[in-house]
Amino acid sequence: MTLLRAENLSLSINGTPILHDVDFSLDRGEILALTGESGSGKSMTAFATMGLTPKGTQIDGKLLFDGLNLPDLTEDAYCKLRGRRIGMVFQEPMTALNPVQSIGQQVMETILIHGDMSRQAAETRAKEILTRVNLPPERYPMSRFPHEMSGGQRQRVVIAMAMALRPALLIADEPTTALDVTTQAQILDLLKSLVKEEDMALLMITHDLAVVSGMADKLAVMNKGVIVETGPVQDVLSQQKHPYTRELFKASKHAADLPAQDCGAPILSVKDAIRDYPLPKPYPFAPAKAFRAVKGISFDIARGERVGLVGESGCGKSTLTRAILGLEPLQGGSVLFDGIDITQKRQNPQVFRKMQVVFQDPYGSFNPRHKVSRLITEPFHLWQDAPTGKAREDAIADVLEAVGLKPEDQHKHVHAFSGGQRQRIAIARALITQPDLVLFDEAVSALDVRVRAQILDLMADISRQRNLAWLFISHDLHVVRSITDRVLVMNGGQIVEDGPTEQIYSNPQNAYTRNLLDATPVLPDFTPA
Amino acid sequence: MITYVSKRLLSLFVSLAVASLIIFAVVEIAPGDPASFMLGVNARPDTVAALKSELGLDVPAFQRYLAWVAGMVQGDFGTSYTYRSPVQQMVLDRLWISLPLALYALALSCLIAFPAGVLAAARRGQLRDTIVTGATQIGVAIPNFWFAMLLVFVFAIKLAWFPAGGFPGWENPVAAMKALTLPAIALALPQAAILTRVMRSALIDILGEDFIRTARAKGLTAGQALWRHGLRNALIPVLTIIGLQFSFLIAGGIIIEQVFYLPGLGRLIFQAITQRDLIVVESVVMLLVFAVIIINFLVDLAYAWVDPRLRRRT
Amino acid sequence: MKQLTLICGAVLTLVFFAVAGMSFLWTPEPVDIVNIPARLQTPNLTNWLGTDHFGRDILSMLMVGARTSLAVAIVAVVIGMGLGVPLGLIAAANSGSWLDEVISRTNDLIFAFPSLVIAILITAISGPGAINAIIAIGIFNIPVFARLSRAAALPLWKREFIMAARVAGKSKARISGEHILPNIANLLIVQGTIQFSLGILAEAGLSYVGLGAQPPIPSWGRMLAESQTMITLAPHVAIIPGCAIVLTVLGLNLLGDGLRDRLDPKLRSTRT
Repeated sequence: MTLLRAENLSLSINGTPILHDVDFSLDRGEILALTGESGSGKSMTAFATMGLTPKGTQIDGKLLFDGLNLPDLTEDAYCKLRGRRIGMVFQEPMTALNPVQSIGQQVMETILIHGDMSRQAAETRAKEILTRVNLPPERYPMSRFPHEMSGGQRQRVVIAMAMALRPALLIADEPTTALDVTTQAQILDLLKSLVKEEDMALLMITHDLAVVSGMADKLAVMNKGVIVETGPVQDVLSQQKHPYTRELFKASKHAADLPAQDCGAPILSVKDAIRDYPLPKPYPFAPAKAFRAVKGISFDIARGERVGLVGESGCGKSTLTRAILGLEPLQGGSVLFDGIDITQKRQNPQVFRKMQVVFQDPYGSFNPRHKVSRLITEPFHLWQDAPTGKAREDAIADVLEAVGLKPEDQHKHVHAFSGGQRQRIAIARALITQPDLVLFDEAVSALDVRVRAQILDLMADISRQRNLAWLFISHDLHVVRSITDRVLVMNGGQIVEDGPTEQIYSNPQNAYTRNLLDATPVLPDFTPA
Repeated sequence: MITYVSKRLLSLFVSLAVASLIIFAVVEIAPGDPASFMLGVNARPDTVAALKSELGLDVPAFQRYLAWVAGMVQGDFGTSYTYRSPVQQMVLDRLWISLPLALYALALSCLIAFPAGVLAAARRGQLRDTIVTGATQIGVAIPNFWFAMLLVFVFAIKLAWFPAGGFPGWENPVAAMKALTLPAIALALPQAAILTRVMRSALIDILGEDFIRTARAKGLTAGQALWRHGLRNALIPVLTIIGLQFSFLIAGGIIIEQVFYLPGLGRLIFQAITQRDLIVVESVVMLLVFAVIIINFLVDLAYAWVDPRLRRRT
Repeated sequence: MKQLTLICGAVLTLVFFAVAGMSFLWTPEPVDIVNIPARLQTPNLTNWLGTDHFGRDILSMLMVGARTSLAVAIVAVVIGMGLGVPLGLIAAANSGSWLDEVISRTNDLIFAFPSLVIAILITAISGPGAINAIIAIGIFNIPVFARLSRAAALPLWKREFIMAARVAGKSKARISGEHILPNIANLLIVQGTIQFSLGILAEAGLSYVGLGAQPPIPSWGRMLAESQTMITLAPHVAIIPGCAIVLTVLGLNLLGDGLRDRLDPKLRSTRT
């Protein structure tokens, strides 16, 4: 019997349509993945199932759970269902838990609120489920508070809360998107085994086809509020009947066609770089202690060389990036750019003109009050003989065309552009001073797969036109592979492996690198029929 | 926890030290010499000098500062220039009116603000929210001393439910509380309006947090999520305001005491100012600042009780 | 509804400014002429709001008193903003440094003082008067603006567009002026209206206890103080100036709220 079935489910918020005629079905013991890009309506489907839609939501069609039509339920009836029959896991474990309650209290609350068990029985059950999600109370006391746990551990607590009453249906909304790959692999394994053990159904919302292929039984591909294709995972991915599925699949597997490039003498040399952060003192006047985020790192980047820097969150890669840019001081070692020591102060603007950066967040990296022309010419500040007048106009037009935008776009404000276009503007800003080295700091991490593929192609294009070296910083191993000649793997403030990209991916020497590669979900090759 | 408390304690002592220095310095640079003032313009210079040495005014300022602080630590606030009696006794008598008044007003303010703020947040955008929010807008705009005058006019003069002023002493606790009721209401209402607004907006912020959604996903009703998860988190900003309000209540009390002819610290300080009894001014101000700093310290401790992130295990 | 708040606030504030401004050119009667026979009249056709215990026209007194309130509150806000905002921006730009530490601790300390007590101390020591009231109120506006601008600027310094400006080699001072200040200006304007209204309340309080503007300059607080003994005889003498204060403060607060909704899209939008 089908546990959850949507029939012609449509949803609009204050008159804006979000879902159109969505149909899917899910049985016990099954995992259905709902995939699509941001804005496709996949998360709203999950919230509609939970009955947690925003004010002004209008739902038409049927959403049947165990014979009940969910949109017909009263709020009281829904409250009895949530937590007991349907559980939910969210994307952001850092904020999903109440910071002022212990984890034990929060897990027990699920049980107690439904009044099924005595306090004592609830405590026993909470211990049991916490042990099941690998947080045994002997090692992780239930009196701990969320801030004393890592992101992965918090996500386990959220899963324990959702699973405490053995719901028939679990909904997971991008449960691993905010986590590192190794943690992601563990959480996915946990969810998979829970589905089998408890014979429950899992509705999983994810944007990552690689995760889907390794995890789900059934797949529904969503685009603009419509399910364009649905069926068993193997079938959907191998047949790819719908053009949108094909596009998504192609973009997920996309490898940029990076031209070979001659490398010259080193342009950037990092020597024994050390970066300490002072730790809060345990009591006033205590001797100062420090956390060493970067522990004596050395590497070179040659002129024209395209280098990747990968590592999980907290490994020190962002700190290192900021130190190279001169935004943070080093406590030891040096950074040489073109043979000039730039460690101490940013006293030499002409040097920094030759080194630019592209940041991650396409929405946060521009002052919303300025026009594009002003935004992309901001680095001219570093350039004593920056072009003026006509030459300046030409430079702006050239660089906008180089990143695939129109020269007229310079007169607009950034809010007129999409995320992908904004990232092009960010690249334009980095290129306008004709740099020798560009740092891409998670520059494609916030983008949807299709846009990401376009930006990677743009980078390959730029590489064809100029002899540009770059340092591409990312947590995503797949992306780094096609866009670099050489990779540095970072862990715990150190570089644990450094070598040609292909060699590292095919034959990693370091145990940590191997772990990282093993944990990264891979989308297998399906040849479309 | 020890870390946190020791840090707060250190900051408490630094604040007290700096505050006492500032107060001493301000009084020090004040024009007019208390000895000449007390003896009048026609006093002979040697009488003035004699009085100066009797009052301990002939030693360098720094020594007098140290003596003043050392005295206060032992509970000795010095001798009033005007009354030639120990300041601590004068201050203590008055403190028994001013402090209860401030606490009474604080309690009233919390009693009004908490339910009103919760109600407005829970019914956000609805009629009840609009009424509460509108009332707070007017509440914050009313000067408390004018409100006090109106209260006297209506409840003391017209209705004669409460005395219009004066204080019968604590020997008769009922009459004493009755005498403090109108002043406390006058003090509390504008503060309650502020606190209600803070409570409302803090709760609304918290209700938008992810963990409230998590709680709803567990099966809590909107109301349960607010009580069990919203309230305690909203207390963090609310506590800050309560700490600040205490300082307003103490200061506001000085003016309200004028309206009700209450023999509290406010009247003492105004008398002392007109008589240039600077040691009394100094001591009362220091005492008020001390009270406020202590309250802020207690608020800091309350933070740690509310927010486990502050009592980090070390 | 939101629009209504802004309009009401703007209208009340404009009336307040207009009345204060007009008092320079014209008042129904001069405020310094004592006319005992015409004392304590209730509102009538010659004296629209009645007369006080010296027979002075209350409307004229209110108009000139508005001027005093306005001058004290505005100068106090200017002092607070002028010193507080740069201090806050400096602290944020150098967050974690000793400079930040000194600025922030000093702010905390001034905040811990009961403001009115210190205002009383200052005015008591250096004598009552409008100038001292301005200084006393202004000093307590400094940490308000310093804290606000520091708190608002700190998260901006972590934003990528600020990092981009730093990579472009701009100095911290220049970034503060070019990127940070325009982005926190809305907040400062809103806080400015709030401090303005608090300044009017504080000035009224100081005048009430005789530490504000001195006679013969009319002020709302002293009008209330003088009316207190007459409240049974002529309640309107006490009620009218109080209403003037409430309406003015209410208008400024509504204006601040309306501006906040208008200027800060983050607070205006509802969660989806």
